[in-house]
Amino acid sequence: MLLRHTNKEILEREALTINPAKTCQPIGAMYAALGIHGCLPHSHGSQGCCSYHRSTLTRHYKEPVMAATSSFTEGASVFGGQANLVTAIDNIFTVYEPDLIAVHSTCLSETIGDDLQQIVTKAKDDGKIPEGKHVIYAPTPSFVGSHVTGYANMVAAMAEQFAENTGKPIEQINIVAGWMEPSDMREIKRLAKELGVTIQLFPDTSDVLDAPQTGKHVFYPKGGIRVPDLKSTGESKSSIALGCFSGEPGAVALDKKCKVPFKTEDIPVGLRATDRFLMRLSKTAGVKIPESITDERGRLVDLMTDMEQYFHGKKVALFGDPDDLVPLTEFLLDLNMKPVHIISGTPGKRFEQRIRAILADTHADANVKNGPQADIFLLHQWIKNEPVDLLIGNTYGKYIARDEDIPFVRYGFPILDRIGHSYFPNIGYMGAIRLAEKILGVLMDRQDRDAPEESFELVM
Amino acid sequence: MESRILPDPSAVKEELIKKYPPKVAKKRGKAIVVNDPAEIPQVQANIRTIPGIITQRGCSYAGCKGVVLGPTRDIVNLVHGPIGCSFYAWLTRRNQTRPDGPEGENYMTYCFSTDMQEEHVVFGGEKKLKKAIQEAYDLFHPKAIGIFSTCPVGLIGDDIHAVAKEMREKLGDCNIFGFSCEGYKGVSQSAGHHIANNQVFKHVVGLDDTDKGGSFKINMLGEYNIGGDAFEIERLLDKCGITLVASFSGNSTIGQFENSHTADLNVIMCHRSINYMAEMMETKYGIPWMKVNFIGAEATAKSLRRIARYFEDDALMARVEEVIAEEMPAVSSVIEEIHPKTKGKLAMLFVGGSRAHHYQELFGELGMETLSAGYEFGHRDDYEGRRIIPNIKVDADSKNIEELKISADPEKYKPRKTEEELEKLKEAGLDIRDYDGMMPDMKKGSLVIDDISHYETEKLIELYKPDIFCAGIKEKYVVQKMGVPLKQLHSYDYGGPYAGFTGAINFYRDIDRMVNSRVWKLIQAPWEETAVELEADYVTQ
Repeated sequence: MLLRHTNKEILEREALTINPAKTCQPIGAMYAALGIHGCLPHSHGSQGCCSYHRSTLTRHYKEPVMAATSSFTEGASVFGGQANLVTAIDNIFTVYEPDLIAVHSTCLSETIGDDLQQIVTKAKDDGKIPEGKHVIYAPTPSFVGSHVTGYANMVAAMAEQFAENTGKPIEQINIVAGWMEPSDMREIKRLAKELGVTIQLFPDTSDVLDAPQTGKHVFYPKGGIRVPDLKSTGESKSSIALGCFSGEPGAVALDKKCKVPFKTEDIPVGLRATDRFLMRLSKTAGVKIPESITDERGRLVDLMTDMEQYFHGKKVALFGDPDDLVPLTEFLLDLNMKPVHIISGTPGKRFEQRIRAILADTHADANVKNGPQADIFLLHQWIKNEPVDLLIGNTYGKYIARDEDIPFVRYGFPILDRIGHSYFPNIGYMGAIRLAEKILGVLMDRQDRDAPEESFELVM
Repeated sequence: MESRILPDPSAVKEELIKKYPPKVAKKRGKAIVVNDPAEIPQVQANIRTIPGIITQRGCSYAGCKGVVLGPTRDIVNLVHGPIGCSFYAWLTRRNQTRPDGPEGENYMTYCFSTDMQEEHVVFGGEKKLKKAIQEAYDLFHPKAIGIFSTCPVGLIGDDIHAVAKEMREKLGDCNIFGFSCEGYKGVSQSAGHHIANNQVFKHVVGLDDTDKGGSFKINMLGEYNIGGDAFEIERLLDKCGITLVASFSGNSTIGQFENSHTADLNVIMCHRSINYMAEMMETKYGIPWMKVNFIGAEATAKSLRRIARYFEDDALMARVEEVIAEEMPAVSSVIEEIHPKTKGKLAMLFVGGSRAHHYQELFGELGMETLSAGYEFGHRDDYEGRRIIPNIKVDADSKNIEELKISADPEKYKPRKTEEELEKLKEAGLDIRDYDGMMPDMKKGSLVIDDISHYETEKLIELYKPDIFCAGIKEKYVVQKMGVPLKQLHSYDYGGPYAGFTGAINFYRDIDRMVNSRVWKLIQAPWEETAVELEADYVTQ
């Protein structure tokens, strides 16, 4: 057994986290920053963080992930990292020539109290930021929240530090992307195009973290929202934020700074979250939802009707990030499945409230927990006490899946051992079809594996 | 291919640093040297990283927890800090381990953290740390718990060593020890190795005097069982009749460390990460050490022979020859098949602190030449050889890494060989207590680059167009986007083992597969190569 020390008996823990269902802020900020064209993310801390974050994103995407670091030494850790960051900014603009640098912090620089705004101002005063180039910054203390918080903080920084409202409104809608895959961001843009709505999607990692093989390494790939477009978000008619944990803070920042009103919707995972997103887009932009999209929806519902018997009543355990899990839980219910154990390492009251509300009518007794100690170890213990038919979560779930022999669908971040998540959408009706297909695939593989020879089915 | 004209290395060096601001160029210039094995030039190494340059390097915590302690399966490695450090070191290095039976302890699939929150940074995290230790103890009753400090711990002044002592006394049957391996210590992973060596030596080595038997007892130092390397080495040692007392630390247990002072020879694979342990064990217990290399079939044979020569036992030497004779035919037949397909191809290696050297032997066996190599965090002795150690000045960034003062143990010190015997062995060509470093094994005119930057990596590839580049995950897809295959020599791209005879065969096949893959010829779309001749003039709206 890979997790041989995990016992069925649950011991209440207050201090020890085992097998976390989250990681720390800066990796989220790094991911978000890659969604701006010509941007080099910069980690203001000791260099270990930056290496770890780049490695994890690289393992997830199988793509280059560029970022620089202030490379703190012990001296800088005691006396402050201003010199390190100013030097780094100078070196980066000279050697790597980005349009902008997006700086995030770590627990080191946050603990010693480095003020990013003050240091960036100093770099500007010292002439280290060339004409027409930018440096933005977001504090991302690792001891607060999770990687999702870090993503939200960097997205909010983009809005705060770029958006401008010069009083000339533009006929466009901002879509503040919650943490989604490049494939999902591409799908958002496709859906908007189908509806005929002009949007500014930010951040946008499509064509950055799914770049083609051309025989050349393009240091700043063609994707990412461009700086002028990012500036123009302050003049948009309104914003739609996707995901209250990862997308909303960016929309709030835009509203505060440029008075762009916003509505928050779930990341459109599954049927009903996609319905709501499309209706919001349709309503806000004043356009009808075209037949082509209604057909896509119909294809999804058709699949759900046809395959209902295989989903029905199956117990599911799931873990991951709040903005993914909320609409996923709703979708699982719509498939007539039973989400019985739900874990997110990311703290925040809105998660449990939303999940409980979704489950209230049918599965009010489900195990739901988030925050510290809401970890994969606890999820595994719950599973030992009440076994499930399906496990959904990131790659780390494979250890439980193997030990407990549970069909497993990879979903969320990080997925280190499979591909597809960056190429095929997980959102919208097409994403829901893909998700349903994946769930059916593992359930039917299991049925095929376990069926006695006499009842091994050719047709299902 | 053999007649490929290579650029002048001095001109390449100028090109690599041309774009840097003057101060940076000056500094990097000292880290990039044109090699001459006859007269080894001095290379700048183990100094602070230039901010913003895009380094490959990690931190001291990674070197301590991730590298040295990570592979030991029965220690609960508890990371004191916010969640990231623990998360990123969770199963990402491929240290394989084989517990004794279904009940044998194995915590390597787990990730333990105090998950420090804002209030702990403000009010201190010692209470939470104590509670976490208690919870880990109540849940698992492990033999040992290691505590690893991350960046904020040192800054807020949590005393993990006092907590370790208090909890060790309180719990009674659990060895608890701390590692002050905050990420900002030193300039790279290297500081973490040193810290790990010190604490394991202080708190674990020598606790169990049981003689477990065996005529030729060795410890394997600095072999971390990536992709099963140590399994292959263990297989060979076993076949030769050599007893492995302890491995630091691939496929290891804390019991092995406690007992390791009963061995009669320490052999070192990764000099950088573990030479401290070898030196301390010799001073305290009288165990000599020797550098070996099990990467490459020839190197493996040579290393087995050298171990046998150290023990000066005819039967052992004969047995080693038998084993080599049994193993080599399989190796030779694969080499015969593959050599014509790899001969003359060019390699570059930029890996950690030892593999950039070790793997040059394997490439040599494939008839491939190493044009350029370097370490992330090697010290000058890893490049130039240990003879230069007296000339190394410890700079301000590394001076706070503790040097333990070790003296001979009044009871347990037992020199395994007299100085005269060791001297005789050395005269006979056995390099006891020595390592010549990477540079003497590299050709004249090859480029040695320490702590290579991303910029230099891309330039180097553009200028040399090597057939294969060896580095890590952060470099992998960058280099492959340039049309050059990258072999990960940290994770082995999830393959391996590459050590020993079986490992050599695996490596030959993998390199052949990579350099001769069809995909490299398919990158360009056919309509980009030759424009499609349009036969009609349809207009679609």
